[in-house]
Amino acid sequence: EELEKLKEAVEDRKKLIQGLRGKPWPMKQKLVTLRESQEFVEKYEGALGKGKGRKFYAYKVMMTKKWMKFQRDFENFKTACIPWEMKIKEIEHFGSSVASYFLFLRWMYGINMILFGLTFGLVMVPEALMGRPYGSIPRKTVPRAEEGSAMDFAVLWDFGGYAQYSVLFYGFYNNQRAIGWLKYRLPLSYFLVGVGTVAYSYMVVIRRMARNANEGGVGDDNSFNFSWKMFTSWDYLIGNPETADNKFASITTSFKEAILEEQESRKDDNIHLTRFLRVLANFLVLCCLAGSGYLIYFVVRRSQKFTLDGLENHSWWERNEVNMVMSLLGMFCPMLFDVISALENYHPRVALQWQLGRIFALFLGNLYTFIIALMDEINVKSQREEEKIVKYNITMWEGSLYNGTLSENNTAAPITVHPADVPRGPCWETMVGQEFVRLIISDTMTTYITLLIGDFLRAVLVRFLNYCWCWDLEAGFPSYSEFDVSGNVLGLIFNQGMIMGAFYAPCLPALNVLRLHVSMYLQCWAVMCCNVPQERVFKASGSNNFYMAMLLVILFLSTLPAIYTIVSIPPSFDCGPF
Amino acid sequence: MGTTASQLGKDTLSEYQELTFLTKQEILLAHKRFSELLTKDEKDIPNIRISLERILTLPELKSNPFRKRICHVFSTSEHKDGSLTFEDFLDLLSAFSDSATMEIKSHYAFRIFDFDDDGTLDSDDLQKLVNCLTGETDETRLTPEEMRQLITNILEESDIDKDGTVNLSEFQHVISRSPDFVSSFKIVL
Repeated sequence: EELEKLKEAVEDRKKLIQGLRGKPWPMKQKLVTLRESQEFVEKYEGALGKGKGRKFYAYKVMMTKKWMKFQRDFENFKTACIPWEMKIKEIEHFGSSVASYFLFLRWMYGINMILFGLTFGLVMVPEALMGRPYGSIPRKTVPRAEEGSAMDFAVLWDFGGYAQYSVLFYGFYNNQRAIGWLKYRLPLSYFLVGVGTVAYSYMVVIRRMARNANEGGVGDDNSFNFSWKMFTSWDYLIGNPETADNKFASITTSFKEAILEEQESRKDDNIHLTRFLRVLANFLVLCCLAGSGYLIYFVVRRSQKFTLDGLENHSWWERNEVNMVMSLLGMFCPMLFDVISALENYHPRVALQWQLGRIFALFLGNLYTFIIALMDEINVKSQREEEKIVKYNITMWEGSLYNGTLSENNTAAPITVHPADVPRGPCWETMVGQEFVRLIISDTMTTYITLLIGDFLRAVLVRFLNYCWCWDLEAGFPSYSEFDVSGNVLGLIFNQGMIMGAFYAPCLPALNVLRLHVSMYLQCWAVMCCNVPQERVFKASGSNNFYMAMLLVILFLSTLPAIYTIVSIPPSFDCGPF
Repeated sequence: MGTTASQLGKDTLSEYQELTFLTKQEILLAHKRFSELLTKDEKDIPNIRISLERILTLPELKSNPFRKRICHVFSTSEHKDGSLTFEDFLDLLSAFSDSATMEIKSHYAFRIFDFDDDGTLDSDDLQKLVNCLTGETDETRLTPEEMRQLITNILEESDIDKDGTVNLSEFQHVISRSPDFVSSFKIVL
């Protein structure tokens, strides 16, 4: 009886100790309570241990203590291990919206690391270690015709030559069922890794969304508008005076706007004109989107023609036309949308959402047009015919080797033919993989170059030309650039969508990891050195789930083409694991 | 008992870890930054109190419009002068840390906004609050008309029992629905 009561008292004290940090008491009071409770627990735990099972009880108590200590140490260790923690803390002084972009970048980096681990460890390494080495079978060797130029830098940069015939691309993999001494089933693992990548990405995004929804409370609830502005608008992370001044200005503007809006929400003037202007703006945007889609389709078709003519006859621009056009469109169209949205006269937060939605549609349209144009190139009928022709050629060629005698049981002495001399079948999967890789690289290059020119060069010009220029460069045009959080986040999301082409090029996650790594450092440096804090700070608040939702949509839409091609187009006979 | 010898004892360190939301590295960093504010002779005195002016030289607090209120709320000094010992400083960092709960943040936020320390937010408190938020210069302040309108709107939204003031539970009710609060109510060294 009494023992029970005592046990309960001890448990209560333990719970109190655990809850102490959440109590709003001053430290002295907490320390006193802690020490008292700890003494009590120690004294009576000894007493409770009397009688049967005393040793076991004491042991259990000691293990619990050790476990708690271990947990605490592990938490400390985990925080020490998080990459870039110090860097992000420095950026947090700029305000939490810029920091939120870098937190997102770090999370993406984590996902890509895992995807990289999967593809590298389960597909690339086994093939490299246990599969037939380079040069042993035809599909793994550079054809004799191309051998001369296979090592040229220009060819390698384009991912042709030796890079094409390596573990980086789909075409290298053999269709043997099991390889090496481990009897590792490569084709099965290739397929499963592909499926696993997609499944993992979905799972991670959905889990994040669920967690956000839990913590974030109600998303767009407008019922406490003014109170929230009052109580939660200050960002306590701000540590430098410039950002603080900007924040003051933006809070004041936001108060004044909100008050005005409250008063004007009764008024109703000129709604027809506004509606007409908005419809006009949307129509213009649709025209832009259609125009850019057509441009991409046209350019991809042209590049097909160029390849047929032989690539050496054309200039560098014509060879890389597709990628350049896509990147340039991605750079200039958002600006165009910005200008058009001036017609619409929305509240800034709503305008931002429209802008993001349109940029999203632009990127999506571009990606899909690109994929459709590619699929046109892999036109099934012409592929079949080409395959038939090549198969016929191979039999003729083999026949010529055996001097016209094809023995019945095929145990004639194998004539050693160098694999490079065997005629090769077409391999559209590697071509698709190559196109994706080129797209990602040019996208990365464009981002970095825009960063350097748009931010760094601009800052340098403004700073130094200001002394000898007629108007104040720092206050008016062009002034220093702001860090565009939403644009950058969208870029990251689309980047991830493109990685889903990884089924045809196992090297894509590796490339992406590299790219994100470099981006982190480059953009951190750019933010701290050339950017000024944003003037209108729009907390990407309920938008947390907005971005996650976009990511989910992109993942889904980019796995669609891959699934479609797997299901409808038969794989090349001379290429890859299937 | 308190510390400000040049090293934190291992036992004290683990007690602080138990009683705050901070990790070991954060506590050690806080100790380092706190000791940097001390002069040479003060470094050996245990339980030393640092005055308000010196605390406000920390860059994390310097640009904050509520810096004086924050120090007053966390100070345990009998003179009510806003001076902080190291343990008060740890309390401050713990309430503003990433892992602190919504309850503790909203509790302290309420006390910070309560300028006259009477346990409720009346319209005077709200007015001072708005003036803090809109900055020091004249061009950023609101006109009296706008101020009146704003405070009426706020009381309409948050004052549930219509007594003209916002008490702790009404405040917590409003704040807990906000998606921004936990992420913006953060200070990191």
